[in-house]
Amino acid sequence: MLYRESGQFKTNYKQDSAIFPILQDRIAIMFYLAVAFIVIPIFGSNFFIDSMMIPFLIFTLAAIGLNILTGYTGQISLGSGAFMGVGAYSAYKLVTIFPDTNVILLIVLSGFFAAGIGMIFGLPSLRIKGFYLVVTTLAAQFFLEWAFIRIPWLYNYNDSGAIEVPRREVMNVIVTGPEASSVTRYLIVLSIVVVMTWIASNLIHGRIGRSWMMIRDMDIAAELIGVRPLYAKISAFAVSSFYCGVAGAMMVFLWLGAAEVESFDSNQSFLLLFMVIIGGLGSLVGSYLGAAFIWMLPVVLRALPKLFGLDINTATVEHINFMIIGALIVFFLIIEPNGMARMWSMLKQKLRVWPFPY
Amino acid sequence: MFMKLATGTVALALAATLQMAPLSAAETLNVPSLTYRTGPFAGAGIPIANGFSDYLTMLNERDGGIGGLKIVNPECETGYNSQKGVECYEATKGDGALVYNPYSTGITLQLIPKAPVDKIPVLSMGYGLSATAVGEKFPWGFNYPATYWSQMSSILKYIDSKDGGIKGKKIGFIYLDVGYGKEPIPLLDALSKSMGFTVAKFPVGVKEMQSQSSHWLKVRKEKPDWMIMWGFGAMNATAIKEAAKIKYPLDHFIGNWWAGANADLDPVGEVGKGYIAANMSGNGTDFPAIQDVLKFVVDKGLSQVKDRSEVGKVLYNRGVLNAVVVAEGIRLAQKISGKAAITGSDMRDGLEAMDISAARWKELGFEGFTAPIKSTCKDHAGGGSIFLQQWNGSSWERISDLIPPMTDIVRPMLLAAADKYVADKPDWQTQACE
Repeated sequence: MLYRESGQFKTNYKQDSAIFPILQDRIAIMFYLAVAFIVIPIFGSNFFIDSMMIPFLIFTLAAIGLNILTGYTGQISLGSGAFMGVGAYSAYKLVTIFPDTNVILLIVLSGFFAAGIGMIFGLPSLRIKGFYLVVTTLAAQFFLEWAFIRIPWLYNYNDSGAIEVPRREVMNVIVTGPEASSVTRYLIVLSIVVVMTWIASNLIHGRIGRSWMMIRDMDIAAELIGVRPLYAKISAFAVSSFYCGVAGAMMVFLWLGAAEVESFDSNQSFLLLFMVIIGGLGSLVGSYLGAAFIWMLPVVLRALPKLFGLDINTATVEHINFMIIGALIVFFLIIEPNGMARMWSMLKQKLRVWPFPY
Repeated sequence: MFMKLATGTVALALAATLQMAPLSAAETLNVPSLTYRTGPFAGAGIPIANGFSDYLTMLNERDGGIGGLKIVNPECETGYNSQKGVECYEATKGDGALVYNPYSTGITLQLIPKAPVDKIPVLSMGYGLSATAVGEKFPWGFNYPATYWSQMSSILKYIDSKDGGIKGKKIGFIYLDVGYGKEPIPLLDALSKSMGFTVAKFPVGVKEMQSQSSHWLKVRKEKPDWMIMWGFGAMNATAIKEAAKIKYPLDHFIGNWWAGANADLDPVGEVGKGYIAANMSGNGTDFPAIQDVLKFVVDKGLSQVKDRSEVGKVLYNRGVLNAVVVAEGIRLAQKISGKAAITGSDMRDGLEAMDISAARWKELGFEGFTAPIKSTCKDHAGGGSIFLQQWNGSSWERISDLIPPMTDIVRPMLLAAADKYVADKPDWQTQACE
């Protein structure tokens, strides 16, 4: 009824090729942004912001990073957790070496270090594909984990071997460290994620993104048309690792407050891959949906028994949780192998023609 | 339609989370537990969590709580995962949490900086960051009865008392290659010079926990006179089996207190006979207070233990010890603040005033259970004596008296470590002690 495009005429190419051609979609985006930027900071409880929204956004950014590599360029990677680690450790080094520099800037800058490392480990992708590439990215994962343990310089020779976030202020507002309020951290994370999503969307719809997708769909044909695989693949690795790196730095600085190597282990990589696959390969909305599904749903499920006043012991809740999430993953992948993003767009398509489907 | 759907979903999500803020219980003593009853380390997490909650339940059943107030013990499952640990902390800290016992080094490290801000002390009983023993630098962190460093010094003292001293011997150190396992290395290196022994180190990566043949091949080559292990979870049983396979004398193989539980040795059984491990909490059920736990909690079906025989095992009693210390902290906090319903700040003062003498242990129904614990403003590790126990093929037998640590060597190292931790944090909250 409401979601209908009748009467909306496109009179030039720019309108025709817009990312959100329908007015209602544009309103919806504004609405989501308003909720995210205004409603949640005002009404959200600390727990909701700290344990649901901040991690959700951070994982979304990492999932977008992996989606660029896996969904758009077709290079499956199991090293994304370690690339998050590169971002986190380089942010830590930067922040301790330059204590007076704006910490938000340093967090974003740390993405470049991750991008550099990502490019190096992306080089094998020029020669090998598919499962063989998975193995080399897994090697990157193990190597980087080893480096985070074995190179004490990376964690400033701490006895604990962990990186701890110092207190930093930006314009007299405490941004990192335990005293930073959740709303401040949330707004920073949200701003970074929104801006980087916008940049990713532009990259994907532009020349670079199209060359990535050509490589994904058929690399030989892409080469014949004039796409250079070296540039396309390495740039995909660089951008992807940049996103993962920034996400990793935010994870430590704006969410956890301290981290050990275990925060960036292969489980993390698998989790991100699940987010991307369940959300939808090659879709930015999918990255959001996937992250919400994998991170937020368990938190909600865990809180449900208490909400209904049931007294189930925590281990049982956790086991039930695993079963429900597992079953849902299987369920979603069976009804829609292309992920939740595809379901989302099908739902919108159905709404467009409702109540007279054809 | 679509908009309605969208707004509906968002509104629902918001409503759900707003309600999720737990109802604050005004007149109770709230001691949340971060448990790991699931995941790779559940074998250790389950008995600890059971012992902890059973003792607190016993106090509720037998004495009606502490100072007339019931203790509530909400559990939050972390699966030993640091990210979930922080989530649990955020979820439970709201309703007047008095103290956190993270039972994970990773989670402890994340909570230590938060403690002064939220005014909730962190009690990492015998694990976590060793430097928290320095009270001046860590007013909100406690790790009695001992740190990993003081424990290592006690173990070396034991070795020194056997076979004609430690001088000129070679000590093999096999450890889990993470922060926890590496922690005692600086102390080991320092003591090797002053006590005159050599050290051979055998790091075991997390992924190699269950395949250690290559490590033990190296051990055989190096021929150390004694082996010391800082292991956890599946690593322990594997190490003992491999040691037995290369015919290493097990009575010269000493594990720390995370490498000496029933769960670690049960799968090894007869083969592990002679293996020694450090411990800080007494074994068995021959303590009046533990009998009370059986009577008031387990027999009434209020416990989560599956079988009566789980009570009294090493890690169960570790959980009990933790709960006793927390309960005593609450009592002291009530005494100092003069009110029954205490806050996290009062609890901190109570924990700092901790003084459980041998007589007090007896009064509590734990005669000979563990060493006296006495904390001061400066010393948050309080005493630190441990004892050693030996596996006889089916259960543990205590084989040593309480061994105090080498405070003169450990303390300066702790001070240096605390200084280092605080050095790059100009705003760190410290306290002055006279």
